[in-house]
Amino acid sequence: MKSSGAVQIRDLWVDLREFHLREIDLDIAAGEYFVVLGPTGAGKTGLLETIAGLYQPQRGRVLLDGEEITHLRPERRGIGFVYQAYALFPHLNVAENIAFGLNIQRPSGLGKLIRRKSAQENEVDIAEQVDEVSRMLAIDHLLHRSPKTLSGGEQQRVALARALVIKPRVLLLDEPLSALDPETRESLQRELARVHRQLGTTTLHVTHDFEEAVALGDRIAVVNQGRIVQVGTPEDIFRRPASEFVARFVGVRNIFAGAIAEETDENGTGAKTFIFEASKTVEDQALKMAVVTDLTGAVQASIRPEDIILSREPIHSSARNCFRGHVMEIADRGTLIYVTVNAPPDFTCVITRRSREEMRLREGAAVHLAFKASAVHIF
Amino acid sequence: MRKLFTNRMYVLFALLGALLIFFVAWPLLRTVTSSDPTIIWETLLEAEVRSAILLTLYSSALATVVAFFFGVPLAYLLARADFPGKRLIEGIVDVPIVVPHSAAGIALLMVFGRRSLLGRAFGLIGLKFVSAAPGIVIAMLFVSLSFLVDSAREGFEAVNPRLERVARTLGASPWQTFWRVSFPLAWRSILSGMILMWARGLSEFGAVVILAYHPMIAPVLLYERFESYGLDYARPVATLIILICLMTFVALRLIAQEDRA
Repeated sequence: MKSSGAVQIRDLWVDLREFHLREIDLDIAAGEYFVVLGPTGAGKTGLLETIAGLYQPQRGRVLLDGEEITHLRPERRGIGFVYQAYALFPHLNVAENIAFGLNIQRPSGLGKLIRRKSAQENEVDIAEQVDEVSRMLAIDHLLHRSPKTLSGGEQQRVALARALVIKPRVLLLDEPLSALDPETRESLQRELARVHRQLGTTTLHVTHDFEEAVALGDRIAVVNQGRIVQVGTPEDIFRRPASEFVARFVGVRNIFAGAIAEETDENGTGAKTFIFEASKTVEDQALKMAVVTDLTGAVQASIRPEDIILSREPIHSSARNCFRGHVMEIADRGTLIYVTVNAPPDFTCVITRRSREEMRLREGAAVHLAFKASAVHIF
Repeated sequence: MRKLFTNRMYVLFALLGALLIFFVAWPLLRTVTSSDPTIIWETLLEAEVRSAILLTLYSSALATVVAFFFGVPLAYLLARADFPGKRLIEGIVDVPIVVPHSAAGIALLMVFGRRSLLGRAFGLIGLKFVSAAPGIVIAMLFVSLSFLVDSAREGFEAVNPRLERVARTLGASPWQTFWRVSFPLAWRSILSGMILMWARGLSEFGAVVILAYHPMIAPVLLYERFESYGLDYARPVATLIILICLMTFVALRLIAQEDRA
């Protein structure tokens, strides 16, 4: 473990033509892999550029290891930056790109003339560091190539090497995988995780891809329209989204509006029931489901598609909520198949290709749904 | 790229374009070929002709160097910074292109003339503009600096600002970022702007003739011979000027192109 820094952001406001940030508060622990997740245009890149010192905030403070760096010039911060589109220097070859930061730090001009020998030693030293980082990222065979001739994945490795070789206290990654094809993305994603384990550099990674965020992040902050809307572990955000925006953004499909009602059963124990708003007008009685929550009144409920059991036969299980309905739509997504069932309302569930074949599922088929009360997230 | 004769429209366009190219190339070719090589050689041996040509090349080069020192920083600001009146500045940079060059000469005379404030101030350090080489340089500078500034600005605009930002995070100061990233990446555009400016300076007549008839630059010498002795005496000088300009222009274009490869 070396050179890792804790980042604190206090009430940060930034206004620029391309983006704006509002009351950003973040605490990123030393050595943490922190992901900022949000849709395009949410101000994520601007947040990173402000932390790097490329923009001055209107208000608020940025602290690195407890020391205020809000007005420190970017070149003094020791913060590494990797852009989505690599931003490699096209007039330099790979080795020169990686060595850029080291060459800057080296004494130049007069100092170089006076201490000629130490300048030579410096050169050797730089070459060694470039070698070391490029071996770690498996790009040591590309050192003499021009960046133009490299694939996207290779270019991003070079950009990563260039940022890492200066041993930054914090590494900022701006959508580092978004420009890559799926295969390369996956391998580079593993690489990022490995490099982080190996070096322990505090990493702030910005993305719009939830799966990427879950795979890499110790914690995630969800950003929308320049504000942080939720901070938590991937599990927190996945299971307990704080708002409808977060739920939709992280891919929860079954989101319903309704109200919580308290009912007492024959044994006298109180149970919470969620009454679907949309079903109030449907047929004889309101559609409802058992839930576990402390909230009351008008709320939203969400159920992750993979928590719903789908069957052709009536389901006898411990699951408290059972519904009967018809298949409205079957969407084939390769390995997984999304099935929309109208109970009403519409539930989306996910099944494997194999269980679809076993159930001989067709549109219009009658099916049964079941899920646990605890699988319903109320917010 | 498509082949030239794939449809009728292309053929028509090619025909129209060919006429224009012909219009440029034919008179030049006619002038160059109609002079006897021995006469051209003799003309070149005339001291008056040689010094005029050298003065032309040298003055234009000097104007280009001056524009480089003042114009490249301006071009960078125009490409990168936002400030009130930026549009106005951009307009002023291009004004010399639309002002008649004899009028530009008069305007420069008003400011740099013997009795003007600036003229007297420079006179104190022994620099005089009217009927002197420095006058030729400022006349050329005035009418051709737009080419360098515009080309350099386009060059800087083409440099992705993120490259400069990455350089800053890697420890480079604004100066280091400029010299190691922005300038090398814009260099081709700056160089081609310098070539264009220099070539434009060589061919200047109107502004120069008003500030400094003497010492004579090549276009003024050509004009004088034509006026005093007629076409036959002017032609060898014209041929020489055209040949020299063409050769230097082609050579510099090749250098710039090599840089690109």
